[in-house]
Amino acid sequence: MTSVIITVAIALILSILYLIFRIGVLTNVMKGRYQKVVGIGNTVNAFLFIVVFVVGTLAFYLSFMSARQYFLPEAASEHGVRTDLLFWVIMAVLTLAFLVTHAVLYFFPYMYRFKEGNKAFFYPDNHTIERIWTIIPAIIMAGFVVYGYKEWSAITAPAPQGSEVIEIMGKQFAWQVRYPGADGKLGKYHYRKIDATNEFGIDFNDSASFDDFIPMELHLPKGKNVQLKIRARDVIHSVFLPHFRVKMDAVPGMPTTFWFTPTISTAEMRVKLNKPEFNYELACTEVCGRGHYAMRFLVIVDEPAEYEKWKASQKSWASLNAEYVSTKAPQALKDLYLKDFLPTAAAPVEVVTDSLAVPAADTTLVDAHASIK
Amino acid sequence: MSAVNMSHSGADAHAHDEHDHHELPWIRQYVFSEDHKYIAKQYLVSGIIWAIIGGLLSVLFRIQLGFPDADLSWLKPLLGEWIQNGKLDPEFYLALVTMHGTIMVFFVLTAGLSGTFSNFLIPLQIGARDMASGFLNMVSYWLFFLSSVVMMISLFIKTGPASGGWVVYPPLSALPQAVNGSGLGMTLWLVAMVFFVASTLLGGLNYVTTIINLRTKGMSFTRLPLTIWAFFITAIIGILSFPVLVSAVLLLIFDRGFGTSFFLSEIYIGGEALHNEGGSPVLFQHLFWFLGHPEVYIVIIPALGITSEIVATNSRKPIFGYKAMIFSIVAIAFLSFIVWAHHMFVSGMNPFLGSIFMFLTLIIAVPSAVKGFNYIATLWKGNIIFTPAMLFSIGLVSFFLSGGLTGIVLGNSAADIQLHDTYFVVAHFHIVMGSASFFGMLAGVYHWFPKMFGRMMDERLGYVHFWLTFLGVYLIFFPMHYIGIAGFPRRYYSWTGFDAFNTFTDLNQFISIAAIIVFIAQFIFIFNFFYSMFKGRVATLNPWKSNTLEWTTPLNPGHGNWPGAIPHVYRWPYDYSKPGAADDFIPQTVPFSATPESNFPHEKDEN
Repeated sequence: MTSVIITVAIALILSILYLIFRIGVLTNVMKGRYQKVVGIGNTVNAFLFIVVFVVGTLAFYLSFMSARQYFLPEAASEHGVRTDLLFWVIMAVLTLAFLVTHAVLYFFPYMYRFKEGNKAFFYPDNHTIERIWTIIPAIIMAGFVVYGYKEWSAITAPAPQGSEVIEIMGKQFAWQVRYPGADGKLGKYHYRKIDATNEFGIDFNDSASFDDFIPMELHLPKGKNVQLKIRARDVIHSVFLPHFRVKMDAVPGMPTTFWFTPTISTAEMRVKLNKPEFNYELACTEVCGRGHYAMRFLVIVDEPAEYEKWKASQKSWASLNAEYVSTKAPQALKDLYLKDFLPTAAAPVEVVTDSLAVPAADTTLVDAHASIK
Repeated sequence: MSAVNMSHSGADAHAHDEHDHHELPWIRQYVFSEDHKYIAKQYLVSGIIWAIIGGLLSVLFRIQLGFPDADLSWLKPLLGEWIQNGKLDPEFYLALVTMHGTIMVFFVLTAGLSGTFSNFLIPLQIGARDMASGFLNMVSYWLFFLSSVVMMISLFIKTGPASGGWVVYPPLSALPQAVNGSGLGMTLWLVAMVFFVASTLLGGLNYVTTIINLRTKGMSFTRLPLTIWAFFITAIIGILSFPVLVSAVLLLIFDRGFGTSFFLSEIYIGGEALHNEGGSPVLFQHLFWFLGHPEVYIVIIPALGITSEIVATNSRKPIFGYKAMIFSIVAIAFLSFIVWAHHMFVSGMNPFLGSIFMFLTLIIAVPSAVKGFNYIATLWKGNIIFTPAMLFSIGLVSFFLSGGLTGIVLGNSAADIQLHDTYFVVAHFHIVMGSASFFGMLAGVYHWFPKMFGRMMDERLGYVHFWLTFLGVYLIFFPMHYIGIAGFPRRYYSWTGFDAFNTFTDLNQFISIAAIIVFIAQFIFIFNFFYSMFKGRVATLNPWKSNTLEWTTPLNPGHGNWPGAIPHVYRWPYDYSKPGAADDFIPQTVPFSATPESNFPHEKDEN
């Protein structure tokens, strides 16, 4: 019923509008307005450009001032401060160009609107002026290129020696991070080794894998260089750390990297912003499917000492999943790294070792494990 | 073919008279027409229909973004199962975004814009009877139509249309396991694109051939209206870049259907490791953007050409720097092929390439700036008549400037790290390429409507349409920059999950409302368009007192355009308000010998 009423109402409004339009057309015909070159509309339109410019500039200013608080959230990395400056320097020049060109573009229509008896100025070209306004933008662009190139090459230079290496992997629809553990080396991985338990596809034939740990949040040391080793295992994702001005695609089959230096710890940022609940976040910025908008991962910047303490407190993934790992690792490495973590040292391990010889049995075991999980 | 050419280019009236004698059957006249004017109208109406659909999709996702908590059950009659428990399905949201982009970029602003105006204006403005090959021209439209049908079908299938973004990056677009839209929807998308590219190529080859071969006597390249220059360059860009899209599409089809690994490598999805190794998803991005970037110029250059013509005519002044305008179009076209990787600064490609592409990208700002300045200089000391077409042209210049400026900051790779894939990018290209091209298209329709249909569109409705749309576009996209600077990522169904993006709810609401108003305002145009087609005032022969050749044809030009001989051309198209001349315009068909009072010393007829 309501939809019928709405439809009727809309039809009624539309027919009234149509009638007004028809009456307008007919009065114009009666008054002979169509005979003239231009009507009053010409002046109104010309004047509206001025109004738009004045009101628009004011609206620009006011909206800018009110939206400013959310712009480029406080930069918490070394290069972030520099790219922010780059951004605002360029934007300042652009805003100036925007205002000047628009002032002219909106005032000329008013100043040179049609006037009976006037004749436009025949002015087909002027090479000097054209040269000037080709060269000026060229010089400004050259400046931007040089400035931008300097920052870009510094940011994309190879990570400095001794950077804290952290692996970050995107999958539908979550991030996971892996730290190299005490040896400072990330264990190898292969995508065919991925299963429901071993989400990274860590290769336990590599001794460096055994102390790697996989925490539930990304911890970063303040003031130290951090190198993210980025990859994806299904579709393209993109690592976006808004506060650190970090963005790099995570591409399946093509590891990427980005290094940066966090400068403000989470605690400091909370004080600075006066937001006790504040947390750094990691988001995905390459469309990756249904849950693209929900790939949030918590990021925490610690003071260096706290960071080391946190790292030391983390248990290696192999130790937490010893039973699983023991099915994957060769005997020698198992004896070396897993002894302490397997519930009963001798018997089960041996059984598992036997099954290792038969690949089919191997998969069954993994599947069984997965289904329990 | 050569026989056709001769009868077309030959200026003798007898050749043409033969044309009129044989009556074409209805289906050849109104459906499978070979007449360029009729094909142009077919493109225009198709473009308008697609624009309504594309616009409607954007309204749907703006409702989601502006009112994330709203109960959308009322959309169920339209969207059916895509609304679950009053909420829009997140995958369908992605499909909406994807299809909005695809439809607007390809079906509206490529086919609808180039297809309409290249077809309509090239023969009329260069003085030709028709396109070089009317048959290929017809095939071009019907391939586009076929492509449209396939794409349209994909909107209604159960798994939904393609939903990996209009750039369809694999692996997302290659794997149906990754997102439902990558199933049948994506297949249809790829098939539609192949037909679309075939259509564009046939059209483009025809445009180039026609412009080179069928110009009337005296119509040298330096006397071509800037519209024709723009269509000419656009067609060349299209011919060179669209085939690359086909190659990308083809390889993607292989990856999807035949187990190849061009773009796929080391993928574990849906609980299994795929066999593909050694492919590169980044390769697809290179191929895609090798078309994708020239594509934005394919979209904007015709609009700039149309604007050049309209601004000059309605300022009653020659376009300022005619040659500079041509050089800048050529420069932009050339550069458009070597800047594609600025879409990929953070794709993982070698950062050194980033430096190179930043440099090349910022060079484009120079010819673009020249164009902007030249438009403004054309307005200077003019005697400006604000027809709706003129208003839309000034609007275009405004968008071209403001959107072009934000491109400069995005082209800077270091600044782009933060801005890439945020709403800043969305705002940038919607202004500079979306809205500007749309305005060019609308300006063109208002300006050439009298020639298309022999009637005038209503001016006042045009004014209302312009101001609502012009202000609306700025109200939508200006605040969107703010959201982008705050870091909001694109293609997000909702931002509330993040503390960092949990602001700006009012602003997003505001943008959505502005978008809905602008969408509704377009119906003023659509009413005006169809109403005027049948009931508008009958136009005069040259309503805008323009110099170009199309206004020397009869009110409703028949097949062959000019009933008698094709007129000769004696001068460039921009002799407006020439000192000494009695009138403020001298059509191209007036020889110098007829205007001794206004000739410059070097201006003499050639023979």
